[in-house]
Amino acid sequence: MTTTAAPAHAPGHESGAVHHGPAHLQHHFQTSDQQYDASKLGLWVFLLTEVLFFSALFVAYTTYRSLHPEVFAYAANFLDTNLGAANTMVLLLSSFTVAWAVRNAQLGQRKLLIANLAVTLLCAGTFMGIKYEEYSHKYHEGLLWGGAKHSIFKYNTSYIRPDVKAHSHAWNEGSPFNHEIAPVKNLTAEQRREVSIFFAIYFCLTGLHGIHVLAGMVLLTWLLIRSIRGEFSPQYYTPIDLGALYWHLVDLVWIFLFPLLYLIA
Amino acid sequence: MIPSSNALDRTNYLNCQKGWWSWFWTLDHKRLGLMYLWGVFTMFALGGFFAMMIRVFLMHPETAIWDPAVQLSDQLSKMDLYNRAFTVHGAVMVFLVIIPGIPAALGNFVLPMMLGAKDVAFPRLNRFSFHLWLLGALCFVTTFLVGGLDTGWTFYPTYSTGSAETMAVVFGTLGAFILGFSSIFTGLNFVVTIHKMRAPGMTWFKMPLFLWAIYATAILQILATPVIGISLLLLMVEATLKIGIFTPELGGDPVFFQHLFWFYSHPAVYIMILPAMGVMSELIATFSRKPIFGYKSIAMSSLAIAVISFIVWGHHMFLSGQSTLMSTIFSFLTFAVAIPSAIKVFNWVSTMYKGSISFATPMLYALSIIWLFGVGGLTGLFLSSMGVDIHLHDTYFVVAHFHFVMVGSAIFALIGGVYYWLPKMYGRMPSEKIGRMTWLLNFIGFNLTFLPQFVAGTKGMPRRYFDYDPAFASYNFWSSIGAGFILVGMLLTLFNILGTIRRGRLAPANPWGGVTLEWMTTSPPSEHNFERDPPFAGDPYDVTLVNYKDEQEGFVPAKPLKDDPLIYDYQASLKAGVAHSNLHP
Amino acid sequence: MSDHDKHDELGHGNQPHVLSVGLLAAVLVALLILTGLTVYTGKKDLHGLDLGIAMFIATVKATMVCLIFMHLKWDRRFNGMIFLFAVLLVGLFLAFTTLDLSQYQPLVDEYRRNQVAP
Repeated sequence: MTTTAAPAHAPGHESGAVHHGPAHLQHHFQTSDQQYDASKLGLWVFLLTEVLFFSALFVAYTTYRSLHPEVFAYAANFLDTNLGAANTMVLLLSSFTVAWAVRNAQLGQRKLLIANLAVTLLCAGTFMGIKYEEYSHKYHEGLLWGGAKHSIFKYNTSYIRPDVKAHSHAWNEGSPFNHEIAPVKNLTAEQRREVSIFFAIYFCLTGLHGIHVLAGMVLLTWLLIRSIRGEFSPQYYTPIDLGALYWHLVDLVWIFLFPLLYLIA
Repeated sequence: MIPSSNALDRTNYLNCQKGWWSWFWTLDHKRLGLMYLWGVFTMFALGGFFAMMIRVFLMHPETAIWDPAVQLSDQLSKMDLYNRAFTVHGAVMVFLVIIPGIPAALGNFVLPMMLGAKDVAFPRLNRFSFHLWLLGALCFVTTFLVGGLDTGWTFYPTYSTGSAETMAVVFGTLGAFILGFSSIFTGLNFVVTIHKMRAPGMTWFKMPLFLWAIYATAILQILATPVIGISLLLLMVEATLKIGIFTPELGGDPVFFQHLFWFYSHPAVYIMILPAMGVMSELIATFSRKPIFGYKSIAMSSLAIAVISFIVWGHHMFLSGQSTLMSTIFSFLTFAVAIPSAIKVFNWVSTMYKGSISFATPMLYALSIIWLFGVGGLTGLFLSSMGVDIHLHDTYFVVAHFHFVMVGSAIFALIGGVYYWLPKMYGRMPSEKIGRMTWLLNFIGFNLTFLPQFVAGTKGMPRRYFDYDPAFASYNFWSSIGAGFILVGMLLTLFNILGTIRRGRLAPANPWGGVTLEWMTTSPPSEHNFERDPPFAGDPYDVTLVNYKDEQEGFVPAKPLKDDPLIYDYQASLKAGVAHSNLHP
Repeated sequence: MSDHDKHDELGHGNQPHVLSVGLLAAVLVALLILTGLTVYTGKKDLHGLDLGIAMFIATVKATMVCLIFMHLKWDRRFNGMIFLFAVLLVGLFLAFTTLDLSQYQPLVDEYRRNQVAP
């Protein structure tokens, strides 16, 4: 096994002018298998950190809900279950298309790959659109956490802005989705304070999830551009694989968020 | 005589590329490790400056005593300055020095070489981790510019979310948030590297114990750090948007923040100590010229510490309103975490028994750690007893306890490790004379600083107070004198390291007689670590595998491989036409 | 050295495991049906079992996404185990914290009650 002696290293060049293996193989890995394996493991470890990242909010949810179940049951009536369900369906569809995209990459089906990535991106955009609709509705109604200026859940009614009181359906009539529940103005100060925590947790959870969706959209766009450029092949499609795994995590979080926030009877 | 295994006269990782950009944008784990090391040293100096400020302040109680004759505004501004000093000291030391410390600096440098690899699994992620560290450091420095933080490094609401200066809190927590991600990505990198890039023949139980320690640390970094990330994010949102989760007036619960905070911050202290224990295992084994005693139990105890550290966080909250039930559970579990730590100490001492001990500087640091960690660990047991903690919580007893483990064990291990691997990093030997002097100053200074604080604490002196009862005066006086010794000792250490880099005696590949793979390459190593395959990935503690060779001024393999007769004599082997292969076939 | 390259070309030993569109579509349909089921049961009053049933259905959905969409069924076991481990750790965090807060909540409630009616 004699190879020529490695030449003295010129500054700026990697040692070993011989480039071994396919173009995508990085110099510190011995085989493509090892590189792919390491990348996969790396991403699963990252997903583990994401689970832990969301954990504190799920702990907050569990704790406050178990301590005040009736508060959560009341507050959930202000959320639109249909929009939440629509969002769930949209994300599930996007998970399907991105998983299909991985298959396309594995088989070298470039056009389908681009189409599936585009549809996934579209679904993500739809999700954010629905989310925006929900958030803006809440803002107009004053359905925000107690510390927000526009909120109708302040402990002291004199802190609640008169124009918000006047125009908020939630303050005057209660939930447009459930006519049996009391309007917010009929709640005691203590109850308003507790309901405000539901909305704090709601915005934190959906907000953090939304940030992850946006990050996913950036990632998908990058993958789409690279696919259009033809950078993926059956020999090398690791970024698609890893990007799809991240997107599935985003979907997984929402699968739990939806019943926890929207379906509290 | 120049050892032929010294590579300063030829191309190595230090001179292969020149210019600041080649360092800032490098992918080489060794260069990143060095930059982390110097960054950590700089931040240590910053945190140390504030420590000296605290000790100077506390040395002269007569200037701080609540005196009706002195202007109230004067008193308050002194108190204010003091609060900012201990907050910055704590935050900088915890987030910028000790948590990154050994894993990022020594770990990055040594880990791939110990595994027989060319680099970590994700070099670009590694570089990104370093840049995040820089960004986090910048954020912290910015807090000074916006007036400084005075919440304590623990950022408890509702003070940090209410009356404290919001901008300072936001920058401080943002800095810690960014540093958290630096830590997470480093841990991720190390886990994947250890899983997927071990040299052929290196099974899990043939790995050096430093790597077991780094692995356990990486697990903690990956699992715990995201929780502080979200906690600080929530704190930021609370301070700026008043979201209410931690504020009672808005329906929230401040103790909930403490649960979130300590869920990370307790494993964080094990992130600080586990790598130090890893360094200890290497130092004690090498300088006793003996295989480490109880390899498997040390390896397993690293994992055990990592696991148990997740279920003891409530012992920081005994006096915070935590329920009696949970306090009892946490107290009991905290006793359990002392057991694997004690196993390690017993194993280190047993390693030395009938060994051939050499008192080089790294070994002096390692030996003193046995005392310092012993004291630190045992005093932790006092604090984990719920009843005793009622008396000792928030006193100087706690301060002394955590300084013994964080400084006396972690920082001493960092310095010992730096002395140990300095010949590999820069190809030059540190001065033994100055090294021993630094050790003596640091050791005496450290004990003088913190032993009196145990006594002051049991007598009731509270921590984080700028003022104290005159009965505590002598303890504070001697404590501050000790701090002066540490100052001189640390400055001398820096002087020694800088002097070594400039004109230290040239080092061979293996000056100390270690058997782990990083000693099987030149000092300093070439850019991709091994110019030829590492000779063996056998037992990392079998000292019969290396022999001392006079003309090398160091150790060489006792049985070099068949096609590698002049194993370190690169030039001679080139002339002899001996084949060179890359690490990979 | 050159024979290694030939093996490496595919990067997955021999052939990567490819999922059929049929399987993916079947999972999607199942997920959509389960979502509908969750909404339906959510609207009914199930006397305390609401959360349990909703979480059970969510777990089934999550398992399908993990095993099939995320390919864990055919992947190295270790990757799935670390994910499971993360979930268990979160469960532990949840349990301890909720237990603690529920233990001292009566004190807080009593304080609040005394506050409201001076």
